[in-house]
Amino acid sequence: MKVANALLQQDLSHLSLSINSKNAHDVEHALKSTALTLDDFMALISPAAKPYLEDMAQRAFALTRHRFGNTMQLFVPLYLSNLCANECTYCGFTMSNKIKRTTLSTPQVLSEIAAINAMGFSQVLLVTGEHESKVGMAYFEKTLAAIRDKVSYLMMEVQPLKQNEYVKLKTLGLDAVLVYQETYCPKHYANFHTRGKKQDFLWRLEASDRLGQAGIDKIGIGALLGLGDWRVDSAMTALHGKLLQQHYWKSRVSIAFPRLRSCEGNTTGGNALMNNKLPNERDLLQLICAHRIFNPYAELSLSTRESSAFRDGAMPLGVTSMSAASQTQPGGYSEPTQALNQFDIDDNRPVEAVVRAIQAQGLEPVWKDWMPFRLSLT
Amino acid sequence: MLTLADQTFSSRLLTGTGKFSNVATMRQAVEASQSAIVTLAMKRVAAESQQDSTLKALKALGVTLLPNTSGAKTAEEAVFAAELAYEAIGSHWIKLEIHPDQRYLLPDPIETLKAASMLVKKGFKVLPYCGADPVLCKRLEDVGCAAVMPLGAPIGSNQGLQTKPFLEIIVEQARIPVIVDAGIGKPSEAMAAMELGVDAVLVNTAIATARNPVAMAQAFASAVETGRQAFEAGLGATHRTAHASSPLTAFLESTT
Repeated sequence: MKVANALLQQDLSHLSLSINSKNAHDVEHALKSTALTLDDFMALISPAAKPYLEDMAQRAFALTRHRFGNTMQLFVPLYLSNLCANECTYCGFTMSNKIKRTTLSTPQVLSEIAAINAMGFSQVLLVTGEHESKVGMAYFEKTLAAIRDKVSYLMMEVQPLKQNEYVKLKTLGLDAVLVYQETYCPKHYANFHTRGKKQDFLWRLEASDRLGQAGIDKIGIGALLGLGDWRVDSAMTALHGKLLQQHYWKSRVSIAFPRLRSCEGNTTGGNALMNNKLPNERDLLQLICAHRIFNPYAELSLSTRESSAFRDGAMPLGVTSMSAASQTQPGGYSEPTQALNQFDIDDNRPVEAVVRAIQAQGLEPVWKDWMPFRLSLT
Repeated sequence: MLTLADQTFSSRLLTGTGKFSNVATMRQAVEASQSAIVTLAMKRVAAESQQDSTLKALKALGVTLLPNTSGAKTAEEAVFAAELAYEAIGSHWIKLEIHPDQRYLLPDPIETLKAASMLVKKGFKVLPYCGADPVLCKRLEDVGCAAVMPLGAPIGSNQGLQTKPFLEIIVEQARIPVIVDAGIGKPSEAMAAMELGVDAVLVNTAIATARNPVAMAQAFASAVETGRQAFEAGLGATHRTAHASSPLTAFLESTT
């Protein structure tokens, strides 16, 4: 577990001190460099870089256009189940929450896919809570087999799996897996994850190594900003991405930077806001630009958690993929109700409006970026 | 005139369809480039290919479509993409791209040679994107490729002809057309490649991400034409030192 081990070597309090001691000289050095170190990244996310946001945005814009062209990938999350055997104090799916629990059957999943396809999407992210016995490998295998020929790129955000399970799902057409560490600080992690398998910090941290070894095309990483010190967690995320690229050079790396949002039964979001732990929009933009400048090859993903105004402004400055018109409840596309959301989204524009906004930024929406899957390659 | 697999084309500039901000700009740029061959990624073509707006625009221009296998990491995936291209477009032309490396998108020589051999046997006209490796280019020629497409620099890097000494060897040795595929960032670099004697160049990023893609496409079109003209005219040899107009050995003429 090479990547996880390297991450565990990091001294988080040292990172925090280092970030907070960066000065204008460090920021200017980082902005001049063509091969940035983690120290340079820390300078760019530090308070000292705040006055340099416009310079950072210019550089991030140029790097993104150069590498990814004038395009924006579009995908949509498909919530399969809100069953969960974990207690996580910030999440609407948390076990003790008295919400209606549901897991979509294959016919229901197919109705959702039909609704999603009708919206124009073919790049789909399957999302579940973490309930290994009821929503485990058997369910995933059945679901992938049923839908793979109806999507062009299949991503999953579910509980961390074993390496041989990832290998198995790859043979059924799994392209990408997102496993967000939430926070890289074991102490904070323990405070927010109070029951269930998700308490196992290391099992989650090692998931990206298992994915790399399983040869999954794209590995998604990120921290839930607001749980711990967002700057430290972001430095760890940036390092995580670089390590993955070095060790698993055939896998693409995708980075997300979700900010904590309010949801049913959650108090963490409000507390984080009050404690000033949550990055504001200006901080978030600084972070997006820093990721792009540090890692010109990483894909950066921005979800509907953020406001339409922020998404429209930030999209050309580093972001390569966006979700749109997302529903965060199982069955939300074919039979929308209001009861079961994992969290509240902010940008709730219909997909046509998001597409127009992308085009208004001089970008072309990309709906498909891979070939149909063929079960047995000869 | 460029000849590939017994077919002639009016332009020695090949272009691509990626990275443009919209289909209309792409179409205008391709038109301005006067390209006769345009590559497009099969992975981006809509499942119902008749509905694909890029494909429609290219068909309206009447250019030869050169589908590519971009995104493939293995020979098997590339062969699959080529077969899809044949189903979707009816094209036997295939630009073979296999790059498992996700950062620099460098071509995998082993998988490329393997896939090239498989595709030639299936009847495809194969144009492989490859490293500027003269031996690999000969091997690709041996398995029956219609051309070789060595890179000038990492793809999308706009770094120009970093591999020039190797391109010169490839041009000298090749019995099939040589097309410089990647890295060309400026019209002057395209011209330099043509002067060197390559048969054609492929330019995408430098046009698509220019501030004015249409004007840049025109600039590349004239650069490629000028470079070829210079090559055909026979460039004077270059020398490190001046050639004396009064040769030191002239005295021999008067002693005999």
